Amino acid sequence: MRYAMAVDTKKCVGCSDCVVACQAENNVPHGYAREWVVELVEGSYPNLEMELRSERCNHCDNAPCVRCCPTGASHIVEGGIVLVEHNKCIGCGACITSCPYDARYSHPEGYVDKCTFCEHLVKEGEDPACVAVCPTKCLYFGDLDDPRSEVSKVIKNRKYKTLIPEAGTDPQIFFLT
Amino acid sequence: MANRREFIKIAGLGLGGLVMSNPAINAFTNTFLQDESSLLTGGMTRTPTYCEVCFWKCAGWVSQDKEGKIKQITGNQEDQHSNGRFCPRGTAGAGMYYDEDRLKTPLIRTEERGKQVFREASWDEALDYVADKMKSIGEKYGNECTALLTHGSGGKYFGNLIRAFGSDSIAAPSYAQCRGPREVAFHMTFGEGVQSPERTDIRDTRCLVLIGSHLGENMHNGQVQEMSDAIDKGASVITVDPRYSTAASKSKYWLPIKPSTDLALLLAWINVIISEGWYDRDYVEKYTYGFDYLKEHVKNMTPEWAYGITTLKPEIIRESAREMADSAPSVIVHPGRHVTWYGDDTQRERAIAILNALLGSWGRRGGFYVPESVDIPSWPHPPYPEPKKNWKDAYPGKYNLAYETIASGICDATIPSLSKACNFKTWIVNGTNLLKTLPDQQKTIDAINELELLVVVDTMPMEITGYADVVLPECTYLERYDTIRNSPHREPAIAVRMPAAKPKYDSKPAYWMAKELAKRLGLEEYFSWNNIEEMLDWQLKQVGSSLEEMKSKGVKTFKRSYPLYFLEGEDFEFYTNTGKIELYSTAMAQEGFDPLPVYTAHEEPPRGYYRLIYGRAPSHTFSRTSNNINLTDIMEENSVWVNPRVAKLWGLKNRQEVYLENQDGIVSKFPIKVRITERIRWDSVFMVHGFGHDNKKLSRAYGKGASDAELITKVHTDPVMGGTGMRGNFVKFRFEPAKNEKVS
Repeated sequence: MRYAMAVDTKKCVGCSDCVVACQAENNVPHGYAREWVVELVEGSYPNLEMELRSERCNHCDNAPCVRCCPTGASHIVEGGIVLVEHNKCIGCGACITSCPYDARYSHPEGYVDKCTFCEHLVKEGEDPACVAVCPTKCLYFGDLDDPRSEVSKVIKNRKYKTLIPEAGTDPQIFFLT
Repeated sequence: MANRREFIKIAGLGLGGLVMSNPAINAFTNTFLQDESSLLTGGMTRTPTYCEVCFWKCAGWVSQDKEGKIKQITGNQEDQHSNGRFCPRGTAGAGMYYDEDRLKTPLIRTEERGKQVFREASWDEALDYVADKMKSIGEKYGNECTALLTHGSGGKYFGNLIRAFGSDSIAAPSYAQCRGPREVAFHMTFGEGVQSPERTDIRDTRCLVLIGSHLGENMHNGQVQEMSDAIDKGASVITVDPRYSTAASKSKYWLPIKPSTDLALLLAWINVIISEGWYDRDYVEKYTYGFDYLKEHVKNMTPEWAYGITTLKPEIIRESAREMADSAPSVIVHPGRHVTWYGDDTQRERAIAILNALLGSWGRRGGFYVPESVDIPSWPHPPYPEPKKNWKDAYPGKYNLAYETIASGICDATIPSLSKACNFKTWIVNGTNLLKTLPDQQKTIDAINELELLVVVDTMPMEITGYADVVLPECTYLERYDTIRNSPHREPAIAVRMPAAKPKYDSKPAYWMAKELAKRLGLEEYFSWNNIEEMLDWQLKQVGSSLEEMKSKGVKTFKRSYPLYFLEGEDFEFYTNTGKIELYSTAMAQEGFDPLPVYTAHEEPPRGYYRLIYGRAPSHTFSRTSNNINLTDIMEENSVWVNPRVAKLWGLKNRQEVYLENQDGIVSKFPIKVRITERIRWDSVFMVHGFGHDNKKLSRAYGKGASDAELITKVHTDPVMGGTGMRGNFVKFRFEPAKNEKVS
């Protein structure tokens, strides 16, 4: 089993509903976020291109945050989901520095926090909150090892890219282009 | 009389000494709150609602934990407005409920030591005050001198009250400040309006044409979802916009038009489609009137002609016309929603309607479907008295084609003048911040100063609240029942809103306020239900449901009684003078307006000024969400979008704060940050509407960004229906605030 997500940049309108839903589902304190929206504009008026995409932790196969964690708080669970055990975390911030995607933040209660792929929902067979809420249905989630999963299907049929592949982290979020 | 009513900052409320609600008048009798049948797993409960953060009214569920804390608001799977997915504003709705800046208790304007202040009042006192004033003003001037300005669900109940009282001057700014021109234009052409939700069959379209409409930034949920579905299925999008909008970035053709010239493009498209023979001949022959007039009218309006006006290359105009024709009849030339731009908006919308008619998209799959709603009877009440006058008497011979009341017209008619036979003395304002909604703020303030009574019913201290004589704090949509939602859609469907929580502070639902006022005005028989549950349950039973059923379902969908699209070759009589789709409008001709749209050039920015274009962001609804903590987290202020060439000329830096000054010398009260971006034309600037609040009691929104509304002082009125064209204002940059800033 290998959980992954695909983000269809052709459909994303950058509305940030994913961010709001994540904050509500995971009690993310105001002023902090586990996910965010990126707007990239290229060219000059009127020859322009724009990409909008919803970003979060890439749940990398080769996760530098897990390797550098001195206490083992950052760890990988079944399905490849990268998690932080709050009780074990000493808030040293090494993981924040090591992450090429800037996906982690220091929670005001002293530990490091980030996207969990809503593991608590996924265990129950539900979609992560961001996927369930997205009005444009531009987020796909599922098991890459299962060829029938939504995410496997879109990755098979569409062109995609990953972010900062040169970092060698083997990210598991795929951006459909 | 000028400045009789000073703006009052609502000070120190709720910090102690809260006025307790009087149990004798507390009609909150929610027997459903304790019901166990709505329990979810984990002790969570859910209550059906439809959203009030915008006017799309998505139906959904409010989920609460054992302690009653609202955890989430999510879409109802059965609902055609949301398809089970709420937009960011709906998802963030609990922020309205938890907002600590809410209006907490009734307030009455009074004078203390020569200074106007609000004093806290009990509900009995406030309602007695309002009713007594309404009566005495009515005796003096006539009850028809009362107007209701509303943009919220509670307006239904106040509407009943005002009509019973003897006035039918009831206006929503969503008409003359927003979608009015398109409704009139489509009525003139097809005999029916576009309605809300729009009857656009985007889900199954092959080509979606957006003219200044920025779906994706305008987050009207169902439409955005369907645009995404259509893109998924390979539909093409054509976007006409001087700004590279989100929709433009998803488009096969983006036409970066020179602002204010859209009508020339539309006429050129009509020219191409007729001259190339790409129109739907059978449809045009069977259903339309006036094709030959139209053909003659547009014969010289070639793409080459339009090029000189719009700056769009002729081949792009032809190619995009071809794209539409190839997709026909599954093509939508979208009427847009906020369309009060330049004062000839009904004519521009007429051109859009005509184009759709030529492509045969009206009544066709992938074009415009035939919506249907449920026939729900109203709770019986005596007939309304006939008002002696209404707002139209202030405009003899004008705006005969306006089907709804013009909010700006009520405002104008409130300022006494010899030419206006109807002056308003009382306004009840519900859920609309008129200072930010109507253009020309000074005129609104002048009108307010002529009033003898201004009652503001709202959940939040807005700018309008500061001018009220009486403030009545409404509870949020999460704490109240409202009318049954019965919007036209593909399938007729109803939705209910039930209270998930008791009203916080001393706030009350509008239905309760209206009923209590009716009692005091001797109009009880218009509100003869004992409690709201009784009325809603009776209404629901008339259509084969009940409050009990709706509590568990939230939404109920009914079978259609007629087809969703026109049948092949079906005879159809349209509600127009000729019974046909009127390409040539006989009604417009009768009223002395151009029966076929004529392009007129609009004023261009003076040297050194830029056209002010405003619009929406997906995470906010006008000024009503700008203090919602869940949304300020996403976007807490607006910025002014400036083309890099313009920025260079002015030496502007990204995120630098500037003031904006318009052509009339009006300077923005607050500075706004510059956003340098290629996404805007060099002759325009863009800002998101709804920011720049100057009510300090909005602790998160006060002074954040600037207000476009205060810079819209020049209004181009649509002669056909009185719409207020607001895109003819121009701004330049300033590096210091206005010199003679009035202290309020």
